[in-house]
This record gives sequence, structure tokens and C-alpha cells, in this order.
Amino acid sequence: MTKTFALIGNQNSGKTTLFNRLTGSSQHVGNFPGVTVEKKSGLIRRHKEIELVDLPGIYSLSPYSSEEQVTLDFLIKEDVQCIVNIVDATNIERNLYLTLQILELGIPTVLALNMMDEVISCGNSIDVCKLEEALGIPVVPISASKNSGIDDLVDKMTETADSRKKPAKYDFCTGEVHRAIHSVAHIIEQAAVSKGIPVRFAASKIVEGDLKIFDDLGLTPAEIDIIGHITDEMEGLLGIDRESALADMRYVYIEKVCAESVARLCSTAQQQQTLKIDRWLTHRIFALPIFVGIMTLVFYLTFGLAGSFLSDAFSLLIEKIVLLTGDLMRAADVNMTIQSLVTDGILSGVGSVLSFLPTILILFFFLSVLEDTGYMARVAFVMDKLLRRIGLSGRSFVPMLIGFGCSVPAIMATRTLTSSRDRKMTIILIPFMSCSAKVPIYVLFTAAFFASGRALVMTALYFTGMLVAVLVGLVLKRFMYKGEPTPFIMELPAYRFPSPKSILLDIYGKAKDFVQRAFTIILLASVVIWLLQSFDFSFNRVDGGSTGMLAIIGSLIAPVFAPLGFGDWMSSTALITGLTAKEAVVSTFAVLTSSADNNMLIDSVRNIFTPLQAVSFMVFTLLYMPCVAALAAVRRELHSLAGASLIMLAQTTVAWIVAFMVYQTGMLLGF
Amino acid sequence: MTLDKIKAGNSARITAIAGQGPLRRRLLDMGLTPRTIINVVKLAPMGDPMILALRGYELSIRKEDAGLIAVENIRETHE
Repeated sequence: MTKTFALIGNQNSGKTTLFNRLTGSSQHVGNFPGVTVEKKSGLIRRHKEIELVDLPGIYSLSPYSSEEQVTLDFLIKEDVQCIVNIVDATNIERNLYLTLQILELGIPTVLALNMMDEVISCGNSIDVCKLEEALGIPVVPISASKNSGIDDLVDKMTETADSRKKPAKYDFCTGEVHRAIHSVAHIIEQAAVSKGIPVRFAASKIVEGDLKIFDDLGLTPAEIDIIGHITDEMEGLLGIDRESALADMRYVYIEKVCAESVARLCSTAQQQQTLKIDRWLTHRIFALPIFVGIMTLVFYLTFGLAGSFLSDAFSLLIEKIVLLTGDLMRAADVNMTIQSLVTDGILSGVGSVLSFLPTILILFFFLSVLEDTGYMARVAFVMDKLLRRIGLSGRSFVPMLIGFGCSVPAIMATRTLTSSRDRKMTIILIPFMSCSAKVPIYVLFTAAFFASGRALVMTALYFTGMLVAVLVGLVLKRFMYKGEPTPFIMELPAYRFPSPKSILLDIYGKAKDFVQRAFTIILLASVVIWLLQSFDFSFNRVDGGSTGMLAIIGSLIAPVFAPLGFGDWMSSTALITGLTAKEAVVSTFAVLTSSADNNMLIDSVRNIFTPLQAVSFMVFTLLYMPCVAALAAVRRELHSLAGASLIMLAQTTVAWIVAFMVYQTGMLLGF
Repeated sequence: MTLDKIKAGNSARITAIAGQGPLRRRLLDMGLTPRTIINVVKLAPMGDPMILALRGYELSIRKEDAGLIAVENIRETHE
């Protein structure tokens, strides 16, 4: 019989590290039903009958964000035997704010007091017994990063769950607030019990002004009226509104508790170090250049040195596998068509996407390090003003920046955004950051037409992408995502050295995700494209070239691109193959023009395009929907194939419009 | 006097929090309650947002939102 425990706590409290310590690698990632909030669960080591659910990092249980809602729903509706509330001991006041609300739920709870090593090493101390007494629940000091106290914690958790020991205290209010909560509790008691909602918790929320609980309880208008009177009276007597009153009460109690149990003589070593480091990293003048330097280093390492070495080695490996498979099939005298399907279709398609894998892993590594050290928060802080113009926050900056490398990790990186509105908007804008797979296309066309001004043209393209992103962002802000964006009120955690284990687990999880996707949707797309390329409509075998289904479909679509200046069947066919991987555009041109080498390809391209048409084509490829891998990533993040497809369609439309404007304007100007 | 007008390096005591809805709740939840003492650490390179130190941690908020927080001045702090 599996028991369910829930892990809850603030962001930056070491929750993920603790979760990893408790569950090892037996983790399962899904999402909460109906929302784009990630749900991680795993079995506790040495207690495999217990499933631990990692709830989102939240600061309170208000009804205002989907993370908080989802957490509340989970705690109330699921049968949770024990709540593990992780608290950052170096930041204990604000962390306990959530704790007081959790206690009101009346579910057996254990408090894991994390980062105790940091507290002790600078001479501070926390009287655990006093804290236990004040809160009415067991408190276990731990250090998740140093792996100490974990076993004690697990023992306490199981003990508390088995004894079904509810929090001994849940009444932290005094005076008028106390009276109001009790009166309300009396009124709603029956309704709350029948609906399975903890009475005390519901009463507090009502007094706080949480209207959603009213709906959940299904009270009569008369009851709601009386409650309204009670809370109005309370406000009148106190002289402040109910929200402030509750928040104030909680913090007053917390301050009292901390005064008695926490001896804080100095800030911790980490906190002092953080101040020193931030003197530079958020320096008025140097913050930006330092950030540029760090990101340049990241990109250099990913795409330059180590990155390209690993990438090439991996590609070589894939190539060898393809050749080997080819030999094996020939030896086994496999049907030629099947051979082609396997080699040119499956392996080639999937292989070209898998060759991204080293690049993606390295990007994830850096992203993980930047996030876990706490630097990302600083980046968001520095960049926020810029991104506010398009209705996003500084948090979206790094995912968009990563998009210049590859859309796939960039889209996955949007998980750090807590607001689903911000997440969706950022996901839509990421593909406009020209990814590195498109570079071969630019290289080809600039070599053919703009050899001398190559750098200039490519820079112009990148800036066009960013400009379009800003414009689309403004449009989205105005028409689709109106209404209050999530407030940018963000904690700046102390800098900490990231745990290698967490980083590895993180990368492993993402790699697994990516490879799984490569093998499903990309496999499908590759096979389909192969099919269309290798057969004509009578299902006779052709050999790429102009009689295959793909080319015919290409020529059917071609007129759509005529106003953009490239309405020939080869261009449209190439663009279609660009859906599996952007580099395919170049290789398709090579195949269709029967160009054996680069020079021949450049000549062929010169025959098909004029310089203006080349520019228009490059602009289109810059902006149109990204590859199938990105589509799969978007689908995964938004949990909707329809949504992802719609976004792709929208991006392609934008690409069409911009390329149209470029071409027609060029024609008018006589280019 | 509102929080957005407090200069870097200075402290202030919160007297009231205006605004409504999710934003206000968030400010309260994060510990910006009446009578709390906060220190304005610095501003971002582009002038916005600002970093506050309170209750033993650091919080970044936009000036626009800080404008909702009414404060009274206290003496300057020197790090």
C-alpha cells in the first residue's frame, strides 16, 4: 500500500537537493492535471512504499498563482500522510510564513531545517526544541547539500505519518483576528467537514479575503453575509485591511518565535560572500559587460572548443553506425527499398537530430550551473527593464538568449519561469532568435551573393530576428496577453556552489527527454519525408529528384512563395525538408540541383536566385517555424499539440509577411 | 514618502502597502508588512528594479511596485 508524502517549501530552500537525496534516481516527472506545472515524484530510498511528491517552490498558499493553487488542491484532495516542509535556516523568518499556513491544514507535518551547516559555521544557532514547541511539530536540522540529517529526517517522517500526529498548534493569531477566525470557523464548520476542507485553514483564508474558498465551501448567502459582517468589524477595530492583518499576525508570531529560538549574531559566510560577489555582478557599470563576457564564454565553450569536438565526435559515431547498418543490410541481402528507408530515412533523419545532443547537453550543463549557483536571478534582475517593454520579465532573457544556440534547450529552459503566461509568450518568441542550425543556410547564400559583406548580412539577419521578436512581443502584449503580467518580485538567493549530483540528474533528465522525443516525433517526420522523397504518386521508386511526391507537393505549394520571390519548386521542397532539421535545406538544394560539391551548389543557387530573392529567402528561413524537434519541445512544455501547431503556423505566417515586405520593397527600390 | 524614492544605502520603515490583488498579496507574503524595516541595497544598471534587504534575505522589486509601499525614513546604514 503506497503512502504519499508531500515535499513543500520556498524556492531556493534546497528543496530539489533534498528531493534528490530522499529519492535518488527513481524520479518520475509529469505534470499536475490541467496546468502547465511540473510534478516530480519518486520513491523514498529504503522506504519504497512511500511516494514523495515534490510540490512547486512557493512562498505562500494564496489563490493567485497556479503553483499555489495546484499545491493547495493536492494537499486537500489527495490523501497525504505526511508533509515535509523544508525551511532555509539562514532565511528562517520568511520561510516560516508558509509553514504557519501549512500547519493550519491539520496534516501531520515535519519541518526540515535545511542549511544548518551554514548557520552553525558562522557561530549562529537555532534552539530546535524551542522551535518545536513554538510550532507544535517535529523539527529536524539537516544539510541537504552535505547529506547530513537525512536519515533522521526520514525516520521522523515515517514516525509522524504512522502516529498520525497532527500539528499541535495552529492558532497563531491574537486579539481581533483570533476572534474573527474562530467565529467564522463555527459558521463554516459543517460545510468544510462535508467538503473535506480543513476547517481552521478555510476560516483563516476567508478572514484573509480569499474568495475562492467561498466557492469551494458552497455556503448559503446568509452565511456569506454574516461572515462579511465579522470580517468588516474586525477591519474596523484594527484599522487595517484583512490581508495586511493576517500577514502581520503571522510575521509578528514568527518574529516572536525567532527572538526566542534563533541566535543570529552575524550573517553567514555565504551571505557575506554573496554581498562581495554582487558588488561586481550587479555593479551599476560592470554588471552588463561581465554578463556578456560570461555568456560569450558559455557559447564559445559550447560551439567552439570542447563543444564542437564532442559534437563532431558524436556525428562521426553516428556516421559509423549508419555505415555499419548499411553493410549489415547489404550482407543480409535486405530489400533495397527497406535499406534506403533505414539508412536515408530513419538513421539519417534521427541521426542528424541526435548529433545536436552534445551541444544541448553542454548548454544544459551551463544553464544548470548558472541557475543553481544563483547567478540567473542576477541576470533577470539586470535585464528586467529591457524585457518589461514587451511585457515579459528579466527571467525570460536567458531562455531567449539560448535560442541563438538551439531552440530546443531554450524552450526547455522556460520551465524556470513561474508564470505560465510568461512561459507561453517566451516560447513563442524563442524561435525568432536565429538558431545555429540555420547558419549553413546563411553561409551558402552569402557565399553565393554577398561574399564580401558576409558578416554584415549575417548580423543584419540576427538583428532582424530580434526586431521581429520585439514587434511580435508587443503585439502579443497588446492583444493576447493583456491583463496583469505576473509581478516581478524575486528573491535573490545567496550564491552557493551547486551540487554535482543535482546537475547530473538534471542533465540526465533533460537528455532522456530529448532522446525520447528524437525517437518519436522526429522518427515519424523523417520516415514521412523519406517516403515522399523516394516514391512518386504511383508508388514507383524514384531517386529523390523532381518526380518524387515531395517535389510534386513542393511545386504545388510553390505559388505561395511567389510573392516572396522564390516560387520555384526547389525552394519550397527545400523548405519542407527544413522541418526535420534546418540544415536539411542546404542538403536538399544539393540533391535537387545534383550539385556534387560546394562550388557547384553555389553556382546552382546563383542560377535559381537573384540577390534580392536570396535575401528574401534567408529572411523567411530565419523566421518560419523551427524544426520538428522544437515543435516536440513546445508540445511538451505546453501539453498541447494543437497549441504548439498553432504557434508554428503563426510563426510561419509572420515569416511570410516579413519576407513579403522585404521582397516587394526591394523590387520597388529596384534591386 | 514611498519606497521607490528611497536612495540606495538607506533604510526605511514600512507604514502601509497600497495596491490590490496578486501583487499586493505577494508583497505581504514576502514580508513587506507594516512596521518592517527594509534597506535599499542598490538599483539595477538600467535604474530599475531595486534590491531590498529585509528579514535576512534580499528581494528584487520594480520601482513601480515599490511606489505602492508607503514608508518613513530612518537613518542611513553603512555596510
